[in-house]
Amino acid sequence: MIYIFLISLFFITSCAKKTEEREIVIWHWMTDREDAFSRLAQEFMVERGIKVKFELYAPSEVYSQKVRAAAQTNTLPDIFGILGSPRDFASFIKAGFVEDLTMYMEENNGKWKNSFYPQAIETVSFKDGNMYGVKPGIYGIPIDMMNIQMICNTEILKKAGIEKIPETWEEYVDAGRKLKKKGINVFVSGWGEVWLLEAMATSFAFNIMGPEKVFNTFKGEVPYTDPDWIKVFSLFDTMRKEGLFIKDSITMVNKTAEQMFANGRSAFTFNGSWCINVYKGMNPNLKYSPCLLPKVNRGNPVYIWGGSGSWFVVNSKSKYKKEAIEFLKWLTSSQQQKFLTEETMNLPSNKDAAEKLKGLLKEFALGMKYVTHPNFWPVHETPEVIEKFDKGIQLILIGKKTPFQVAKELDKYKKEQLKE
Amino acid sequence: MSEEKVSKLKDYLTSYLFIIPAVLLFSVFSIYPIFKILQLSLLKWDGISLYPKFVGLKNFIEVIKDKIWWKSFLNAGIITLLALTVQNALALVLAIIVDKDIRAGEIYRVIFYIPPVLSGIVVGLIWNWIYNYDYGFLNHFLEVIGLGGLKRAWLSDPKLALFSVAVVHMWKGFGWGFIIFLAGLQTIPRNLYEAAQIDGATPWKTFLHVVVPMMRPVFFLVSILTILGTMQIYDIIVATTGGGPGYATEVPITRILSSMLGSSRFGYACAEGLIFGVVLLAVSLIQLRISAMMRNE
Repeated sequence: MIYIFLISLFFITSCAKKTEEREIVIWHWMTDREDAFSRLAQEFMVERGIKVKFELYAPSEVYSQKVRAAAQTNTLPDIFGILGSPRDFASFIKAGFVEDLTMYMEENNGKWKNSFYPQAIETVSFKDGNMYGVKPGIYGIPIDMMNIQMICNTEILKKAGIEKIPETWEEYVDAGRKLKKKGINVFVSGWGEVWLLEAMATSFAFNIMGPEKVFNTFKGEVPYTDPDWIKVFSLFDTMRKEGLFIKDSITMVNKTAEQMFANGRSAFTFNGSWCINVYKGMNPNLKYSPCLLPKVNRGNPVYIWGGSGSWFVVNSKSKYKKEAIEFLKWLTSSQQQKFLTEETMNLPSNKDAAEKLKGLLKEFALGMKYVTHPNFWPVHETPEVIEKFDKGIQLILIGKKTPFQVAKELDKYKKEQLKE
Repeated sequence: MSEEKVSKLKDYLTSYLFIIPAVLLFSVFSIYPIFKILQLSLLKWDGISLYPKFVGLKNFIEVIKDKIWWKSFLNAGIITLLALTVQNALALVLAIIVDKDIRAGEIYRVIFYIPPVLSGIVVGLIWNWIYNYDYGFLNHFLEVIGLGGLKRAWLSDPKLALFSVAVVHMWKGFGWGFIIFLAGLQTIPRNLYEAAQIDGATPWKTFLHVVVPMMRPVFFLVSILTILGTMQIYDIIVATTGGGPGYATEVPITRILSSMLGSSRFGYACAEGLIFGVVLLAVSLIQLRISAMMRNE
């Protein structure tokens, strides 16, 4: 009797295996998108019969560590995001964890690829002759777009009698002086998170000397003591001398800076397009507008950091690679992108979805014309030099070092690195 | 084999059998990671690549040459020194007061123990608000009492940032010392105090000749815990200054994390971790030695 029961049980379990449910597992860190992603997953299940499970790991540092650990133990999910520099992205690709998606993107005369903003694709691509030796191709799927701009509180500017939003550095300093006279804080930023300093400084550098010269500096062909770099560092020195920023900005985290700006404690800030949702939560009545960075060199265009805000990659060892790509195609189609934009107030990566943007989203979307991002750059500075660069600017901002001292030290360090 | 020997062997085997789970856990979670870190410290590895490169002692040499690394040590050392003196002195004074059967002593015990149980990040965020230059409580208070001239950017001024962070750390940490000191004080027989009083000893002399000798092991325990705990300060720094301005509040753990997650230099970070561990071990051993010497005196 027991024997018959066991045999039946074996057959039942065997049959159950045959109807195994396909389930795509996605790891992400985007707390603000958790609900929207869950709803989209349910919709996809109804539409295509494939289960999608979003797993949230936050904050981003924890997520980053989890992905690295999973790579070492070969337990990465079907779809995941990579946080970090282009160097880290390249390492994941070279280690064979990321699927090359070029073929899928180019299908049907590049229909999928052409649905994205070109800058979004650039963020997740490696070009021929890239410095990491990665095979040229598209390795990620952009979920949304972002750009980092100067943002101004329009009400405060009006109160201070500043009718025109400053477009040049001189106009900005002038506006700052007027604001100070009225006892208004000029600028707040979360410079304690040094990447914001780096974004601001390199954007100024691109405007002052043009991208080529910046890249040549990274290659070691132009020294940091070049007058153009001194000019970049001097902008921060001017900000210090003129008192154009809230003192605590130097060690402030961006969340606090966002809170201060949302509460009307400063006329300007430097933040990414993700701030729309943040400010809406902090102060729905805040009147503000993105306004690019002030031009230092009027002869050159303005540059701002931007591109794909968040993007997913497909695990090259996934059992459900085909299904994962099918889901990502669906997720980045116009309808789903519109839904995500409405729910999370992030700029869509799909061009069609971006066509009917309104209000602040539209204003931020206009900035996409000016974007640059380390992921697009053909060469990158080493993380050690970047740290010295960011910390050096902090030292200028606190008046501990002059622009020339920082430039000289940076140059010396860069040369030592090149020797190694 | 004699019956006695068999029985002894059985005893041994049974004893070893009982300690196997503990040995296994200790080996997997303590011994293995130490050897793994040692192995990684000899490699150039970004934490992702499947083929790390062997570089020998290069990481260690670079760490030893790294001035910022030693500055971070100095910063942690300054905070530790302040914690050892100011924080522990405060903890001891409070413990002595509460030990004197004062009214509502139980409530004070709970109140003093609240800061240590709070998360370092939460404490950091609270003090961020206190220290804020524009709307912070401290500057506002200084203005109200007519000392507006002392208003400072407590966390952004390189001369003050380290001390400001040290204050936060001491505020969070004094409760530990307080509880341990109080427990130590309560083990001192009351008749010793009475005898001192009969002999006409002043409170200061009672403290010097009764409390100090009896509390010596407790002092050493608290100082070792303070050194080890403070040198590893991290969460408060992250929540208040992020190691800035410049390198003013960098400590060894922020440097290790920066090498690991910021620069993706896992091998280098492991070398930093090992050097840090060795220094802490050396400090602890020296202190134990001093403690043993003083006990023998």
